[in-house]
Amino acid sequence: MKSVVFRRGREATWTELETLVARVEQGGLASLGPEALSRLPLLYRATLSSLSVARTVSLDRGLIEYLESLACRAYLATYGARRHPLEAVRRFLTRVFPARLRGARGELLLACALLLLGAATGFVRTARDPSLFYAFVDESYAQGRGPSSTTEELREALYARRSPADLLSAFAMFLFTHNARIGMLAFALGFAGGIPTLLLLFSNGLLLGAFAALYQGRGLELEFWAWLLPHGITELSAVVVCGAAGVMLGRAWLFPGRQRRLESLALRGREAGAIVMGAVLMFLVAGLIEGVFRQYVHDVTARLVVALVSLAGWSAYLLGAGRDGAA
Amino acid sequence: MSRPADVVREVVTPEGVPLRFEIGGLGERVGAFAIDCGLLMLAVVALVLVTMIASGVAGGLGVAVGIVVFFLLRSFYFTWFECRATGATPGKRALGLRVIDAHGGMLTPEAVLARNLMREIELFVPLAVLFAPDATLPARSPAARLLALGWLALLVAMPLLNRDRMRVGDLVGGTLVVRSPTAVLLEDLSATSAATRSSAPAADFTAEQLDLYGIRELQVLESLLRQRSPRTSTLEAVARQIQVKIGWSAALPVDAEAFLRAFYTAQRARLEQRLLLGERRESKRDRPFKRRP
Repeated sequence: MKSVVFRRGREATWTELETLVARVEQGGLASLGPEALSRLPLLYRATLSSLSVARTVSLDRGLIEYLESLACRAYLATYGARRHPLEAVRRFLTRVFPARLRGARGELLLACALLLLGAATGFVRTARDPSLFYAFVDESYAQGRGPSSTTEELREALYARRSPADLLSAFAMFLFTHNARIGMLAFALGFAGGIPTLLLLFSNGLLLGAFAALYQGRGLELEFWAWLLPHGITELSAVVVCGAAGVMLGRAWLFPGRQRRLESLALRGREAGAIVMGAVLMFLVAGLIEGVFRQYVHDVTARLVVALVSLAGWSAYLLGAGRDGAA
Repeated sequence: MSRPADVVREVVTPEGVPLRFEIGGLGERVGAFAIDCGLLMLAVVALVLVTMIASGVAGGLGVAVGIVVFFLLRSFYFTWFECRATGATPGKRALGLRVIDAHGGMLTPEAVLARNLMREIELFVPLAVLFAPDATLPARSPAARLLALGWLALLVAMPLLNRDRMRVGDLVGGTLVVRSPTAVLLEDLSATSAATRSSAPAADFTAEQLDLYGIRELQVLESLLRQRSPRTSTLEAVARQIQVKIGWSAALPVDAEAFLRAFYTAQRARLEQRLLLGERRESKRDRPFKRRP
């Protein structure tokens, strides 16, 4: 019978592939030696062609099922996730993240505009009617600061040494993880057409504007910005980046263009997810500045210099890194 | 409730060969998730203990490390494991599941990351709503509240709403959760029957006798013969039925299994031969082969 001859001639290839695949499934591609590694794609293709032939000449269902399963396993071993996570992180930081951000210019602008719009609204409204402060800022967040606080209390809050030095790192990490979670949430909320993400950006802007108006009213504006901007440049950028990622997701869903809706969502979703990963790292930097630097350095000029340096640093990185090759 | 038929999804490899994957069942996925949650909780308990000791030794730095490790565990546990070669978290692995790219490409870290970031709204937000509805849902308008709840319910129920059991994270990452394929190479039934042919009633079936059945019947017979220890009474009944159908004139041979194997071999040889000529007879109800003079 042809199918029996067919099987006899190729069985050795299949079993060889099976042992290789089993090793990859156990310990990853790294566990194969160079020789075995070069055999893998050859055997994989040979088995795929065996499967195609078997589907047309053989009626032995046991054999076809075996080949299907072996081909699937070999396919996963060959095309499964391949890079080591740490290697992926390195490549991501030097190339993918800045390139992706440059590709999301429109979304970034929209997110930024919403944040600024919120800030402007919060500022103007609070400046006109200070009691509105409480409508924009959650009480637990204000920590007692508000229109009824004295100027001295407000100034205190900008320079308060929060805790003994050795708790600073813990405080910084708390800020980082808290903000990063909010950022990821902003992205995930983008699934609802991006609307909740935009609202989140807007309300964050309101909060910022309300505080700015409060301090402006007491003539503390320079000190306020010197307090906010050193970490704020990084943190607000990260918020905008997460918001942009959420908008990307919503846009992919609502306006898929020529692609099918699900394809567009999967494609854009991956890009946006990568962007959020970068924003998480930005939150880490911001948390360190806020939790450590700001607790130590109280000089207004020094604070503003750090703000400028962080602005220049991020601009250079986002505009310059990863330009030389394909991302 | 009976087990629903396995859902199969075809994925075309970059080489252009369609491969069929079984979509992971809902029960398996919930089970895998439960295992992962259990592991995560154990890890968190261990982490808290270690942090308590570390904060005694290293002070605030110990706490800082604890907080970061907790964040990493909570946010990237799934991502880390699914990026590895096995494409599965310990829970998925235990239940024989893995993540693949839905369109047949390579599973990229980005896709894994995107699918797991969505857990924020698929898991953590609904949990928060469940435990503290007043802090999370819009408080003032009942309509907005209903809308938010409905939307969340839709998100959580997503795997029930599509054939491929994709959750929102799978949609966004373009991934699928499938059963890890496993199969062993079984002996070729016709090869073994050739070895024992001497005791079998010789494969001298006529073409007319072999044209009564199609591929479906052949493969039903195959699965019967592949059973680990088929009951003799079943084998005899099937053998007798075939003998009646094809008009087998000789007496019932001593061994029903030998007869069935011989018939299987002859039947498969006949069907495969016609297959090479481009005639595929799916079942006995299919139209018969063209007769050639």
